[in-house]
Amino acid sequence: MDPVDLARWQFAITTVYHFLFVPITIGLSFVVAVTHVAWVRTRRPEWLRLTKFLGKLFTINFALGLVTGIVQEFQFGMNWSDYSRFVGDIFGAPLALEALLAFFVESTFLGLWIFGWGRIPEKLHAATMWVVHVGTLLSAYFILAANSFMQNPVGFRYNPESGRAEMTDFVAILLNKVQLVAFPHIITSAYMVGGAVVMGVGVWLWRRAAQPGASDAADVPMYRKATRLGAVLTLVASLGVVVTGDVQGKIMTEVQPMKMAAAEALYESETGAGFSILTIGSLDGTEEVFAIKVPKVLAFMATGNPNGTVEGINEIKARNAEMVAGIERTYGPEVAVVASDSDADYMPNVPLAYWTFRLMMGLGFASMGLSALLLWVTRGSRRAPTSRWWVWAAVAAPLLPLFANSFGWIFTETGRQPWLVNGLMTTALGVSPSVSVAEIWTSMTVFTLLYAVLAVVEVRLFLRYVAHGAEPFHEPESEPAEDAPLQFSY
Amino acid sequence: MDYPFIWFILIGVLWTGYLVLEGFDFGVGTLLPVLGRRPHVGTGAAEADKRRRVMLTTIGPHWDGNEVWLITAAGAMFAAFPHWYASMFSAFYLPLLALLVALIVRNMGLEYRHKRDDDTWRQRWDAAIIGGSVAAPFLVGLSLTNIVRGVPLDADFEFVGSLGTLLNVPSLWGGATFVALSVTHGALFLALKADGTLRAEARQVAWRSGLATAVLAVGLLGWLVGTQGSAPVVALTVIAATGLVGGLVASRAGRELLAFAATALTWAGTAAAYFVALHPAVMPTTLSGGTSLTIENAASTPMTLQIMSIAALVFVPIVLLYTAYTYWVFRRRLSTHHMGAPALVK
Repeated sequence: MDPVDLARWQFAITTVYHFLFVPITIGLSFVVAVTHVAWVRTRRPEWLRLTKFLGKLFTINFALGLVTGIVQEFQFGMNWSDYSRFVGDIFGAPLALEALLAFFVESTFLGLWIFGWGRIPEKLHAATMWVVHVGTLLSAYFILAANSFMQNPVGFRYNPESGRAEMTDFVAILLNKVQLVAFPHIITSAYMVGGAVVMGVGVWLWRRAAQPGASDAADVPMYRKATRLGAVLTLVASLGVVVTGDVQGKIMTEVQPMKMAAAEALYESETGAGFSILTIGSLDGTEEVFAIKVPKVLAFMATGNPNGTVEGINEIKARNAEMVAGIERTYGPEVAVVASDSDADYMPNVPLAYWTFRLMMGLGFASMGLSALLLWVTRGSRRAPTSRWWVWAAVAAPLLPLFANSFGWIFTETGRQPWLVNGLMTTALGVSPSVSVAEIWTSMTVFTLLYAVLAVVEVRLFLRYVAHGAEPFHEPESEPAEDAPLQFSY
Repeated sequence: MDYPFIWFILIGVLWTGYLVLEGFDFGVGTLLPVLGRRPHVGTGAAEADKRRRVMLTTIGPHWDGNEVWLITAAGAMFAAFPHWYASMFSAFYLPLLALLVALIVRNMGLEYRHKRDDDTWRQRWDAAIIGGSVAAPFLVGLSLTNIVRGVPLDADFEFVGSLGTLLNVPSLWGGATFVALSVTHGALFLALKADGTLRAEARQVAWRSGLATAVLAVGLLGWLVGTQGSAPVVALTVIAATGLVGGLVASRAGRELLAFAATALTWAGTAAAYFVALHPAVMPTTLSGGTSLTIENAASTPMTLQIMSIAALVFVPIVLLYTAYTYWVFRRRLSTHHMGAPALVK
């Protein structure tokens, strides 16, 4: 493999892995902040027990999200140094602001939350988790602003003398229209994941506590509460995901028509295009063996009009040559070098885009359906979901939206190819020239193995804590003596 | 003062903050096998584990925030000096890979060690914490010293050396010095934060490691003065040396806060000497036909730097305020009797 492919694989592996922990961190910090406030306000023991229990699951995940995030930050310079040189003026600023405004807040206030039991005033202590949560949102905002620039470069000009893209309007970068739909889409899907983790863990423990002779039978109401809380969050958030996803589709069609066409494997432009639920064929548009299509849905998704016209890959491809020529006319031949790539056919991997798009939507809708179903079967004063099938539902609950997220990211990042910055710089031109294939192989192997080991450790630890369930209630001392044991210590 | 120069200083400040803060938690991690032993013959392994827990709890609320200084330093380099960030991170590919691995296993150890009541589990994570705490400052020292020493950059700022280029005597020495100074700094932090026998032993360790640090520091700072010896560099190395000597003297005299502040000054003096020695370059080249990266040719546009400056002006004081608050909240000395039964799952 050449350095570009290797560096892309490494970025894909480390990013998808990192993004398993990010939505859990965002979503669970919100749930823990809610239960903590519920405890302070109601003094009902189950809220404190749930806060501590879910807090442990949260910190287990936060640890991995943090360490894998540092890898992401270093990787731009390590593997993509020419990209860093080209866009550092624009891309670096949100990254630095993410650290300054978000990471400090998250790390410091999480330290206060973890070690603060009995050490800081109760209300302030509950507030620290809200600060952590706001930190996760800020972090997501800045990193998505940086990513949105790659999807839709705005607020810059090309400087032929320095050979780089230079910022002209920071507000435009922060309020990029791609960003304004990507951020709510990602955040609501993170809430879906957080809700689904609580829902899955809750239903599993509820079912177990409801078994005849269970030692924690008294905890049934608490786990029921957690389950329904998680399910409500998942369901509400999933509605937000659908709405924002719909708007995003239209903006994507506008700024990255090729990505939308690839998502549908639509080769020829079509008026009133149908949405393909499943197409079996060659996927290059020449052969269609079997297809299920919903009429006019794609046209509506892409343009907001059921009779709208969706452009096909072949037409967009014809325009790509024009686009590169246009870049050359506007910015001069130097940028054309940056922009063009003689090997590129200016289209992404269509089967990959087609299937990841479907998996994202399918798993997302399945998750939404599961939360609705769970709320329905547990409504009123109904008994616990004791059927064996609910074990599988508990396992599936967090995985469905989590993998929907992963496929969404694979779609949005690979769908941009061969562009690193859409219409401005190809991926092949962004890679580090001084880094050898052997070095990238080394790092890719190291990260893959290390991440695999950590995944096993974290999942086993997570399951162990879930199986243990919430700790018994202890009334916290409000003013512990100087030499009393700490309520929390390593 | 123009913006690039301001950001050169700010990046120096961020690195200094990182070394001062994470320096002590690296030191505490490195000292786990030294101070986290059975206190004396006849005591059980449980007592040793309690000591380790005290040590880790002293840095518990802080180490994560300390590490953000590194993340911010790297992010600020990316934003303010993209060429510096790009050249440095691609040139130091393998050392930085090793640094990432060290930080990952160490952080996981700090987060996961106490999460299971199982000796094998704890021993493994202890090894991760110790290994990471030694390797990380070594690699940071190696990389920063290499920057000051210069690396082969061609006319396009691209690194043309290999791993062998980076493993030179001054840089390896720099790495060792950073480890030793972390240990001394960490021992003084423990003397300040722990109570009981651990406090007394930490002071003894600080004395011994301080002497070793002094020997290494004389070599490193001597090399720095010998190769880049301008008057300000000499002055800063004197400040660094004074901090180290002062720290040891203050520790002997029982002035623990002063001693810790003094080794913080050593870090600050060392980092400042590095950056002053660099100026006006940010990454000099050792190739005759190469181009050195300088504050001017590596910088972003004034607009980016201006936006970042406003953000730094507003948010750095806020960060410092709430960071100071955490040190205030967790100011109490810790001792083994503070270690209650932790919430462990077998």
